[in-house]
Formats: sequence, structure tokens, C-alpha cells
Amino acid sequence: MPEVDLLQAVNMALTKAMETDDRVIVLGEDVGVDGGVFRATNGLIERFGAERVRDTPLSEAGITGLSVGLAAQDFRPVLEIQFMGFIYPAIDQIINHASRLRNRTRGRLTCPMVLRAPFGGGIHAPEHHSESTEAMFAHIPGLRVVIPSSPKRAYGLLLAAIENPDPVVFLEPKRIYHVQKENVEDDGKALPLDRCFVLREGSDITLITWGAMIVETLAGADQLAEDGVSAEVIDVATLTPLDTDTIFSSVEKTGRCVIVHEAARTGGFGGEIAARLAEDGLLSLLAPVKRVTGYDTVIPMPRLEHHYMPSLDRILTAAREVLEYS
Amino acid sequence: MTDHRSLHNLEIGFTGILGADGKPIGELPEFASNHKQLIALYRAMVLTRRLDEQAVALQRTGRLGTYASSLGQEAVGVGVAAAMNNNDVLLPSFREQGAQLVRGVTMVEILRYWGGDERGSCFEGPKEDFPAAIPVGSQFPHATGVALAMKLRNEARAAVVVGGDGSTSKGDFYEALNLAGVWQLPVVFVISNNQWAISVSRKKQTAAKTLAQKALAVGIAGEQVDGNDVIAVRFVVERALERARAGQGPSLIEALTYRLSDHTTADDATRYRPDEEVSARWKKEPVSRLRTYLTDLGAWTGKDEETLLNESTVQVEEAVTAYLATPLPQAGEMFDHLFESLPSDLENQRKQVEELSREKTDA
Ligand SMILES: Cc1ncc(C[n+]2csc(CCOP(=O)(O)OP(=O)(O)O)c2C)c(N)n1
Ligand SMILES: [Mg+2]
Repeated sequence: MPEVDLLQAVNMALTKAMETDDRVIVLGEDVGVDGGVFRATNGLIERFGAERVRDTPLSEAGITGLSVGLAAQDFRPVLEIQFMGFIYPAIDQIINHASRLRNRTRGRLTCPMVLRAPFGGGIHAPEHHSESTEAMFAHIPGLRVVIPSSPKRAYGLLLAAIENPDPVVFLEPKRIYHVQKENVEDDGKALPLDRCFVLREGSDITLITWGAMIVETLAGADQLAEDGVSAEVIDVATLTPLDTDTIFSSVEKTGRCVIVHEAARTGGFGGEIAARLAEDGLLSLLAPVKRVTGYDTVIPMPRLEHHYMPSLDRILTAAREVLEYS
Repeated sequence: MTDHRSLHNLEIGFTGILGADGKPIGELPEFASNHKQLIALYRAMVLTRRLDEQAVALQRTGRLGTYASSLGQEAVGVGVAAAMNNNDVLLPSFREQGAQLVRGVTMVEILRYWGGDERGSCFEGPKEDFPAAIPVGSQFPHATGVALAMKLRNEARAAVVVGGDGSTSKGDFYEALNLAGVWQLPVVFVISNNQWAISVSRKKQTAAKTLAQKALAVGIAGEQVDGNDVIAVRFVVERALERARAGQGPSLIEALTYRLSDHTTADDATRYRPDEEVSARWKKEPVSRLRTYLTDLGAWTGKDEETLLNESTVQVEEAVTAYLATPLPQAGEMFDHLFESLPSDLENQRKQVEELSREKTDA
């Protein structure tokens, strides 16, 4: 079993999917000879040829629309957009077409495509390279938003996304591309979509997060454990459709909840989870739900970026407030 | 029956004035008889190259963020900006340090920007120029807006927008070009065709023979220029700007050049292009070409060269020192330019980030 990091796990899943299904086409800017700017598609063109691993012109709107057409024709396009900040020209294709082709044609045409993009801050990248606008995509009906946070989940969830008959926006937390190595069995087994993952069981407080913030959140749970607090940590993994069962049963047990995300606070996906808890889980709550998030400003360039990113300290402060509430 | 009608002359003009060996191959424009002006172009190219070198070195030692060098393309930026009037407006891509320097953006500002500090885009000099456009091609439509504003006010000014070969594949490019054509806007589109968009070669970018011919599809003027010949670049851009300011419409200029560096400091070009291609292109690079010409004219000596290199080194070193000494921004500043004034809903967030950063420094 190979020890791989999250990025290598993405590469493994792409390789496996291309091996097992001829309909899988990998495309995007620089995904061929260069192997992708992060090297997620490294080696694919050598292995599967330039017909199936396609370097495209620089044209996000065009290649996203092209993927819709390919998908409607029963191919399985896996499109790489180089950074989340460059998906925006393609929003028209995503919101008006990819997400609703099935609905518009009452199931006659479908759109089994995957749009992969690295996202998130904390790597001292240039302007427009540190976006976390996952909530924008989660707001689009008909679209799945999937975010892996470990090598195993990257492998299993990407395979699941490619197998899935509907469009998936698959966002890769680039800050943790190389943070953790795991033994990932290359068995072609998908993990379930639409399910949260309980990364750590606990009984006193539920910490909910996704993507790169998993790192600080798990560290927070460790620290709380030293204080004798047992924290449950949930990786949402599929933002939409949301697995409220896992979240509710955890909060029923703990009665306390902190949601952590890097994206700006207002309109962030944490608000949706908090709203669900307020609507349907209020009686389990022993304290108000707290959010630890990025601020409501443009994610700063590197000089101020670290002040923007939710820190372990902020997570601990919020958790303690929630724990002390009575 | 198909009836073929000739609608367009598919001839694309190409201007080259100095050959790769620095010998004139075309008629020299008037400004070229003034050696001082040529020397100014030369100095700007040398300074740009020195800045790029130092910026890459800073990045390699962890003191600057990812950086896009303009090595080999200095003549495009310098020639374009030299052709502009002060009150024209430049809308650059992220690889136009040469143009920015000539426009009066300081080296410290450029370094601050690439060092991850928004204040680097708050130019003291060219107040109306746009900051570098990172989302490729997104600057083209802005140029049409700037040009429309000039036209509405009946000003004899123009906008100049620069993008790469890759950017011409984006909708933004075509949309801007098309609109500028119908509305006859005073804008000059310059494509710095350095033959590569990261790993995607010019051939894989479009099946069109030239990028300049894309102008024909929207009914505007399109031409090519030797982008490693700063005299030619300045000449054709000046000509296009005169037309634009005189209300004679927009143009597209494709400057043929070559990216001698990696795409950015985060790239490794040896993965996708052969070294032989790069070394062949070194023979056509713009700086030594103009130096040869100036030397042949007797307008430039070895001593001049030595003085200039020393001066440029000192200038860049001073800028680097000033850049490295830049006080860090305060954490709360991330809110200060979001809106004209801070909405009350954000006051708490600003306070929080300030307090937390103070705790961090105290701790
Ligand atoms: C819309 C968009 N897509 C992708 C990128 C990532 N990217 C940055 S530069 C670049 C290639 C640009 O090529 P070109 O336009 O030829 O300019 P050059 O880098 O050669 O100066 C790409 C794909 C981006 N910045 N913006
Ligand atoms: Mg290019």
C-alpha cells in the first residue's frame, strides 16, 4: 500500500478512474505534458495519451461548457481549473447549464462531469489564488460540492465524484496537499458522497469543519482533551447535499457546537449548518452555535493572510465559550 | 452553389526595424534619430532586466512571493509605455514590469505587490493606471470602459491594454475587441506573444496563423510587430495611439517575443520545452540588439555600459532595501479599503483581528 499525500491520492484516483472507465477524459490548462501546475495530473498523458488527457486553450468558460457537452454525450469529463479564483468565468456554464441540464430536460440529458480546483489560502500565493468561495457553489441547486481533507478521502471521494451521474465541484484544499501521508490502497473503491465523516468521537462538544481547517480543528480537539474535554470532530466532506443526520446525532449527544471555516463569515456555509441546527436541532442545543471563520473581507495577500486564517487559538476560544455557556 | 466573396484582405502587416543582429532592416522612425531617446529605451530595458533578476533572487531566498519575470520581453513593455502619453491609461497583465517602470510605478511598489502587500498597487505615479491583472484576460474589458470614458469626455487620450498569447483564447478578449470595434473606442490592445502560456505553446492555443488577424473578425486594425525590437514596438504603438486619440478607432498589435524565463518562479519550463528552443531565442533577445545598434552608431561605449550596469544595480539594490524595510501593515488594514468607510457591521471584526494580532505580538 503506497504512502501518499493528498495530491498524490488525487493523482492515483484519476489514474484509476481512467484505467477502469474509457469514458473518463481529463482536461484543463497545463494538465498534459506539464502534469498540472500542482502536478495532480502528472504522468497521465504518458499513460493514457493526448486524446484522453487534453491540454486546453486558456478558456475557462469554454472548457466548462465543453465538459457539459461531453458529459451529455456520456463521457465522464474531469476538468481541472487551475485555481478556484479562475472558475468564475465559467459560472455561467455551471449555474445555467451543468447543474440543471437534467432538470431542464426532465432527465433526458444529464451532466456527469467533475470540476476539480485547488482552493483556500495559507500558502502565500499571489492575488486571486487563495479563494474559499465554496458556499457560492453550495448555493447552486443540482450541484454537489465535495471537499476531501485527507489522502484517503481524496482518493475515495474523487472516485465517487467521477462515478456519480451528476455534476460535482470537487475542491481540493491545497494548503494540505502535502501535509499528511497515509497508506491508501489503490483498490478503486469509492467512498460515499453525501456523508459527513466523524474523524474523532467525543461527547462534550461537536466541532464541524471541512478542507484544510481540519488540521487546526483536530489540533483544537487535542488541546481540549488535555483540559478533559471530549470533542467530536466532523468533516462535512460533501457540503451539498448535506448529511444532517450525522450532524444532528452528534449535537444531540454533545449539545454544543462550533463550526470552523476559512471562508468569509457572511453567507459562508457555516451559516447554513447553524440554521439547520436552529430549525431542527434547537432542543438538543445547550449553548448557542458559534462560528470561527475568515473575516468578511477580501482574503488579504500574504503579508496579512495569517491574520485572516482562523487560528487554533480562535477555535479554542470559541469552543471554551460554548462549553462554559449554561 | 457556393459564391466566394472576398471580404477581407488577410494580409497582416509586420513591422521590424532592427534585425536580431542589431542592424537596421527597415526605415527608422523619426524619434530614432534622437539618440537620447534610444538610450532612454535602452536604460529602461536594462533596469527592467536587473529588477527581474533581483526579484527572482529575492523569491529564491524566501523574501518575495511567486514572481513572473519578463526576461526576454523587456522591449514590449518598455516600447509600449514609451509610446504612451502620461495621461493615457495602462492596463497591464502580470508580466509588464517594464511598462510599469516607464509609466512611473516605482520598483518598491512592484516589489511590495509581489511580496504580498496590496499597498504595492497604490501607485504614487500613474494614478489612473490599473493594477496587474492576475485573472488572465480580465483586463481587456476594463480598457474598453476606460476608453469609453475618455471618448464621452471628448479627450484626446487612449487606453492601452496588454495581455499574453494565452489571453486571446478567452471570451473577455474577444468581447472587448468586438465592442471596441463597434463603438470605435480609443483603445490599443497589445498582445505580448511570448509563444507560451505556461506549458501550452502558441500552436496549441489557436489554429489561427497570427493573433493579429483576430482583429479582422471584429473589423478593427490588426498588425504584428517584432516584439524584441523596442524601436519597432514604440513606433507601431505610437501610430496606433495617434489613430485612437484622433477618433479613428481601436487596434490590435501582436508583439512577437519570447519568454526566456520560466513562467513564474513556481514553474519549471524544462518539463515542457527543449533547451535548444530557448538558447536559439537568446540570440534574438532585445537588450543586446539595441546595444549593438547604439554601439555601431557610436552613441554607446563600453564605459557607458559599465556605468549603466552599476547605476542599475545600485538603483535596484536601493529599492530592495526600501522594500525589505517596509513596515508591515496592521492587521486591521484588511478592512480599511473594502468600502469607502467601514460599515458598522464590520467594526467588531476589525476590532477582533486587531486585538488578536496585538496578543500575538505581545505573546
Ligand atoms: C483566467 C485564468 N486562468 C488561468 C490562470 C492561471 N495562469 C496564469 S498565467 C497563465 C498563462 C498565461 O499565458 P499568456 O496569456 O500567454 O501570458 P504569459 O504568462 O505568457 O505572459 C495561466 C494559465 C489565470 N491566472 N487566470
Ligand atoms: Mg504567453
